[in-house]
Amino acid sequence: MPADVLVIGAGVVGAATAWYAARSGHSVTVVDRGPVAGGTTGAGEGNILVSDKPPGAELDLALLSSGLWRDLAVEVGGFEFDPKGGLVVAATPPGYEALVSLASSQSGAGVETVVVPAGELAEHEPHLTPSLAGGVLYPGDAQVQPMLAAARLLRAARARGATVRTGVEVTGFLRSGDRVVGVRTSAGDLPAGAVVNAAGTWGGDIASLAGVDVPVLPRRGFILVTEPLPRLVRHKVFAAEYVANVASDDADLQTSPVVEGTESGTILIGASRERVGYDRTLSVRVLRALAAQAVALFPVLADVKVIRTYRGFRPYCPDHLPVIGPDPRAPGLFHACGHEGAGIGLAAATGRLIAQLLGEEPPSLDLAPFRPERFGPVVAP
Amino acid sequence: MATSPYDVAVVGAGPAGLAAAAAALAGGARVALIDAGRQPGGQYWRHRPGDLGAVADLHHDLGAFRRLVAGAAGAVRHFGQHVWTVSGSAADGFTVHAVAGDAETEVPARRLVLAPGAYDRQVPFRGWDLPGVHTAGGAQALLKGHEVLVGRRVVVGGTGPFLLPVAAGLAARGARVAGVYEANRPAGWIRHAGAVLPVAAKLTEGAGYAAALARHRVPFHTRQAIVAAHGGDAVEAVTVARLDHDWRIVAGSERVVECDAVAVGWGFTPQLELPLALGCATRVDADGSLVVEVDERQTTSVPGVHVAGEACGVGGAALAVAEGSIAGVAAAGVTSAPASLRRRRRALRRFAAAMHAVHPVRAGWQSWLADDTLVCRCEEVSAGEVRTALDELGATDVRTAKLLSRAGMGWCQGRVCGYATACLTASCTGTAPDLRGVSERPIAAPISLGTLAGDPGHIGQQ
Ligand SMILES: Cc1cc2nc3c(=O)[nH]c(=O)nc-3n(C[C@H](O)[C@H](O)[C@H](O)COP(=O)(O)OP(=O)(O)OC[C@H]3O[C@@H](n4cnc5c(N)ncnc54)[C@H](O)[C@@H]3O)c2cc1C
Repeated sequence: MPADVLVIGAGVVGAATAWYAARSGHSVTVVDRGPVAGGTTGAGEGNILVSDKPPGAELDLALLSSGLWRDLAVEVGGFEFDPKGGLVVAATPPGYEALVSLASSQSGAGVETVVVPAGELAEHEPHLTPSLAGGVLYPGDAQVQPMLAAARLLRAARARGATVRTGVEVTGFLRSGDRVVGVRTSAGDLPAGAVVNAAGTWGGDIASLAGVDVPVLPRRGFILVTEPLPRLVRHKVFAAEYVANVASDDADLQTSPVVEGTESGTILIGASRERVGYDRTLSVRVLRALAAQAVALFPVLADVKVIRTYRGFRPYCPDHLPVIGPDPRAPGLFHACGHEGAGIGLAAATGRLIAQLLGEEPPSLDLAPFRPERFGPVVAP
Repeated sequence: MATSPYDVAVVGAGPAGLAAAAAALAGGARVALIDAGRQPGGQYWRHRPGDLGAVADLHHDLGAFRRLVAGAAGAVRHFGQHVWTVSGSAADGFTVHAVAGDAETEVPARRLVLAPGAYDRQVPFRGWDLPGVHTAGGAQALLKGHEVLVGRRVVVGGTGPFLLPVAAGLAARGARVAGVYEANRPAGWIRHAGAVLPVAAKLTEGAGYAAALARHRVPFHTRQAIVAAHGGDAVEAVTVARLDHDWRIVAGSERVVECDAVAVGWGFTPQLELPLALGCATRVDADGSLVVEVDERQTTSVPGVHVAGEACGVGGAALAVAEGSIAGVAAAGVTSAPASLRRRRRALRRFAAAMHAVHPVRAGWQSWLADDTLVCRCEEVSAGEVRTALDELGATDVRTAKLLSRAGMGWCQGRVCGYATACLTASCTGTAPDLRGVSERPIAAPISLGTLAGDPGHIGQQ
């Protein structure tokens, strides 16, 4: 029997979509050519952030999502949800001023913010460098272990009747006239009432199988992982303006310090952004830049050992907003991809919104900024 | 800013690396030799700094060792240096990145010979995390490197020819070896006599150990294994049991043997971090290990990168020396190694294959585990938790099983538990163990953030 909904991609976005759709009573099949959470979801951090977005469509999505993650932690659970809060710091007085003014506009949009003058930073993060101008605390920032989150959501969806098929690659679409009525896969045809493209960085490839253009491209990021330690870093700490201070001379490489402790005791250090296609080669240069920035923020880290590094490819669109919603060019096809560096955080809202659309309920948010056809008719080669 | 690159950088100063360095020097190359140890010799010719005499009786072929050290004397040594990664290509040149304490050294080279060796392959069993339970190689290293006995009454177990020298060494230094428990029935190698006879020295070596064990009245049991260790603060006894063909415990065969130390080894796991960082192609060898694929000249799939010794197939020191010599000749750009060397390599490889054939690790060991038996000791992940990741959370490959259970995510980065996690995953999914998924470690040795940050004072360009 055909499923009501076929979800392409068993990453966090596909998992959240499957969960919400199954919970609303749809029969759901999830297919992924790899294993569960084997794409970018297994290669990122798990921050659920409201701090890093100025007021606008993405912040609204993030606020909706962070509330939903809190509910999921209770309803589903088992993925190390940690509402630890974020601390954004500024190195210079002008940077601090800019930060405080951003925070005030964010709080107008519903974000909880606490301005932390330089003298009080140590109360929140005792090991921060003393040479900072001040910061803002965002109690609403949280973290999950992203692979566990995807795996737990899929398991919960299975408990509601969903089917998850890994090792199955989507190779084309079944059409009835214009309409998408299922997918062709390496394991045969799978008819379905609706198809959701949750293929992350590969969402553009899936779209082109349906003959439509959704420009999603990879943006590489490395993470350093330290040896497990008693908690040295309490929040997610990052410094937006370090981008300018410590960034490399190479325009293609951007790094900014993002440092955070995890439940398992390791400290995760990011973040780098490079447009180098799917090149998996280790870049010593990038690792050095990440280490230098982390030590600048937390001098105590100089003696801490790095034991691991990994890289992932963020799915980004030219306007840095995700693609969420029905594709009028291919009725029956919905997109839920292109979340760049925020796909974990935005997954809950994305899944929820897609489930609402599938159930023909009014969505909780205006989806116009995320519509798939916004990039215009030109099909990139 | 870098000084001119070496013709050849050799990583690893064990039998293979020393031989490679000596051969490359003989071929006229400028050579750098890098090793984490403070002196040459690797695991095989391990000894206390400057004190080879004290443990000479525990060693084999010391003449060969002295010859290789003399031959490699012209190499620039970077000893006590842990290589954390290698980068580059034949076209742009390679860089070996190494750390010693807080200081980082970058060694530039046109070609690489990687000879990183291997370490004990482990499988978990109940109580294996108790103090006093050692790897066979660890027990051997303490003895050769520090003249320290792991215990007064030691039980040795696992599989493979390496158990014999370990037990013989312990007995020679006065430990009571309560028994050697070989899980296979290796007398079967007689069937492979054709492979064994051309390297008769190997036979005498084995016969020598067997005689030593007999002299010390060490009982040697086949088709038996140490299936659990017991004790409070440290190991006090083990359970040994007879095994069926698949290595399931024969019901009712369990016995308790008292001891104050245990040494176990199940063959070896090649260290592949550096070849994998460069993208070298791999294959699965006869002993089930993931090894680097090499051609006649020990060249990998990556131009300019040669691999010798255990990393391209576990086979012992003599084979490592032959491969190292061939790799060194190739890396130095000399047209071809002597035919006699290639013949010797072929004979030794056949011998290694014969040994592998009679010392397999069979999946039945998994039935010895209780649900709460730890698989990953660093992160304290039990067999039950690994199985939950597979059965409930939907992991279908070892990488996912690892990331969902945290097995292999701690200090050792899966060096100890990677094999076991891969086997547990394979049993669950009905596939062959995927060792590649647990062998990639882009940071091959821990490095402090301060050093990595590359405070210019810290990095020495050599
Ligand atoms: C270094 C780094 C750090 C990050 N940190 C954070 C963070 O802190 N917070 C945050 O919110 N986000 C973070 N991100 C971003 C986040 O990881 C991604 O946005 C998110 O994982 C995307 O999830 P997804 O489900 O859309 O894609 P994926 O997880 O990539 O899932 C897509 C799936 O589609 C499958 N697929 C593709 N093509 C096909 C096909 N033809 N047939 C079948 N299946 C197919 C793939 O196998 C894959 O499993 C980070 C990313 C990186 C790289």
